[in-house]
Amino acid sequence: MVQFALPKNSKINPGKYHRSSNGNKNLKKFKVYRWNPEDGKNPSIDTFELNLNDCGPMILDALIKIKNETDSTLTFRRSCREGVCGSCAMNIDGSNTLACTKAISDIKGDINVYPLPHMPVIKDLVANLTKLYKQYESIEPWMQSLKNKDIKEEKQSISERSKLDGLYECIMCACCSTSCPSYWWNGDKYLGPAVLLQAYRWIIDSRDNERKKRLKKVADELKLFRCHTIMNCTNACPKGLNPAKAIGSIKKMLVTEKIK
Amino acid sequence: MSSYKIIDHEYDVVVVGAGGSGLRAAVGLAESGLKTACISKVFPTRSHTAAAQGGISAALGNMGEDDWRWHMYDTVKGADWLGDQDAIEYLCKEAPEAVIELEKYGVPFSRTEEGKIYQRPFGGMTKNYGNGVAQRTCAAADRTGHAILHTLYGQALKKKTEFFIEHFALDLLMHNDKCQGVLTWSLQDGTINRFRSKITILATGGYGRAYFSATSAHTCTGDGGGMVLRAGLPLQDMEFVQFHPTGIYGVGCLITEGSRGEGGFLVNSEGERFMERYAPSAKDLASRDVVSRSMTIEINEGRGVGKNKDHIYLHLNHLDPKVLSERLPGISESAKVFAGVDVTKEPIPVLPTVHYNMGGISTNYHGQVLTKDANGSNKIVDGLMAVGEAACVSVHGANRLGSNSLIDLVVFGKAAAKKAAELVKPNSKHEIIPDSETQKSLDRFDKLRNSNGSTSTANLRSLMQKTMQNKCAVFRTNKTLQEGVNEIKKPWEGLSDLSVKDRSLIFNTDLVETLEFDNLIRQSMVTMASAENRKESRGAHSREDFKERDDNNWMKHTLAWHKSGSVDIDYRDVHKHTLSNDVQYFPPKARVY
Repeated sequence: MVQFALPKNSKINPGKYHRSSNGNKNLKKFKVYRWNPEDGKNPSIDTFELNLNDCGPMILDALIKIKNETDSTLTFRRSCREGVCGSCAMNIDGSNTLACTKAISDIKGDINVYPLPHMPVIKDLVANLTKLYKQYESIEPWMQSLKNKDIKEEKQSISERSKLDGLYECIMCACCSTSCPSYWWNGDKYLGPAVLLQAYRWIIDSRDNERKKRLKKVADELKLFRCHTIMNCTNACPKGLNPAKAIGSIKKMLVTEKIK
Repeated sequence: MSSYKIIDHEYDVVVVGAGGSGLRAAVGLAESGLKTACISKVFPTRSHTAAAQGGISAALGNMGEDDWRWHMYDTVKGADWLGDQDAIEYLCKEAPEAVIELEKYGVPFSRTEEGKIYQRPFGGMTKNYGNGVAQRTCAAADRTGHAILHTLYGQALKKKTEFFIEHFALDLLMHNDKCQGVLTWSLQDGTINRFRSKITILATGGYGRAYFSATSAHTCTGDGGGMVLRAGLPLQDMEFVQFHPTGIYGVGCLITEGSRGEGGFLVNSEGERFMERYAPSAKDLASRDVVSRSMTIEINEGRGVGKNKDHIYLHLNHLDPKVLSERLPGISESAKVFAGVDVTKEPIPVLPTVHYNMGGISTNYHGQVLTKDANGSNKIVDGLMAVGEAACVSVHGANRLGSNSLIDLVVFGKAAAKKAAELVKPNSKHEIIPDSETQKSLDRFDKLRNSNGSTSTANLRSLMQKTMQNKCAVFRTNKTLQEGVNEIKKPWEGLSDLSVKDRSLIFNTDLVETLEFDNLIRQSMVTMASAENRKESRGAHSREDFKERDDNNWMKHTLAWHKSGSVDIDYRDVHKHTLSNDVQYFPPKARVY
């Protein structure tokens, strides 16, 4: 029989149970992943009872309430609280999304809150996204070889500009990439949906003059073709974007523009 | 004495903050060959610039005739004559080039039929010195800040800027009245880092979270302003806090002024478009202080909407659904998510909400930080600059016009980089500074980290936020402000009984929030004291006991120092001259919209 050796700290233990002190009228249980890199212990799931009559509508409101009132050591990223900065991406009720725009009322039963899957955890709900950021850098997300070099603005027709819609809105929250099984297994080489969506944003910008170079750069068995149209990315995107379609468009362009 | 291992770094210039102004400065510094580090407590694209919606002002004239002098006049008037007109001239004159530069960097601006950058009307932006509406605000739908921030981050990557991400800046390293660098705490690995630099540029944003209800992100805690106060330097015009007319009722999320620029309007419980009474010509596009006051009066006189008659409706449902989906998609989504409103059918419940700090770190138009010397004369602080919302140049004076903040970021981010390139020789030697400066900061850090009193940071913060909200809001009186000055001392004194539960060093957000509170409370005290001190009404500072603007006594900037729990106040003259002969000084007159 094959023996699998899982890392020592991969076993998740039951954690603390924090009972609500204000009666139990409109109670909801939040089961939250905890891991502190400095205490040498395995991860655990802490349970927090929350009185929803006394809490804002979103998951982030609940997490902030827990941090303010019950356990100030609970650790998570947050900033804009309105779905534009991408800080509070996490796995809620089994799906990757933003805690600030996910309504508590959308979830039946206890609410499980975990960090983004398959990323190294720094602490509690904080995932390390350094690898994804490096991959983003590798697609050179800046305008290259402008067609018009004088000081006047580059013109772009309304229809050319509309090709950027559904792409430029990406907030790099990583919900899509960390929901992708291909990215889980080959994340060191496969660029993943978030970064490929961004690659396509520059490929399709009529003002940029390096389309061929950009296409060649991603035309790679691992960087691009590890996408097997599983579509988890598109399902996960909290901004309603469609990374799978962008990846499909890149693949199509490689054929129609004869890039090998 | 606390002991921490310190990692040392040396750079020509260090930028603290990676929002619009910090990134624009970093790009300029890299272009001039200076060894630059950019430090940020959040990943750059998480900065609050991402939340800017409506646009960036510049007299491009893409949608009708325009002139930077008209933009300047509007800004001077919007500022209620508290802005420095040399700096305002610089801002408005440089604006078109700065926007074209952003376009060249790749910002996906919306377009006109001819393929030019689309520009929309915005509050207080007029043609021909107040005669008619100008379309001056360049927009990428209603996600202009997001588009600019991501594009600038790309440019910074292109220029190989060295980023130090999720580093929390603790204190400036001051020696001989000169800034010699900054001390940071890396959240990712828990280390203390000392950055030596010939110039430190603070691009740390505003401190909106001093208030209970703000459009500002949780991270808008004015960390640069806090560091400056601790370094014994003053902040300027802190009494001027902008309330944005349209924060979503209850949650405070921003609904862009661009929604009124595209034709939206405000309505009271009687179904009246009340702005026609308060601002007969500009109506819903009067400047923000005027609209916020009008809304507050409507509510106070019993004409608010809703069950408790405590807010106002913003109607967009008469607009073409195509305009909503193409030009205002972001706020349509926000209204749906946070107010449950379908903007094509129903009005959005809104309320004036804290949005922007006109005040901040006193600088000249090159970004160099100013203080006063022993004789009371203005003096440049060597080695220290500030840009963006953290700074007070002052171009926004007593009230900022919408879309003038994004342009402020890029124009002055660029200006600071240019000045730094003149002042610093690449790779020149660093002066030796004593370790006592580092130790002073680490002792504060260590003390807060090991606080074992009984009051949580969240409790102190909430007390501060409620005091600011109740005592220093849209309308102010001597009574509320004096109460405010006393009550705001409580959360400050509460620091002595503080409780921090998390003692770890890696991603200890309990401690981060505590350090942020330390920055916020100092600025809150300075804000309250400056507001109490200014006995007139000007721009966003509206006193019911001193209803008029008083140019004879108060056409001057407030400077405020925070000294062991008390606030010292002095003044700086408003610059009554322009930068060149291309435009004449605009003398004060009555401000009517």
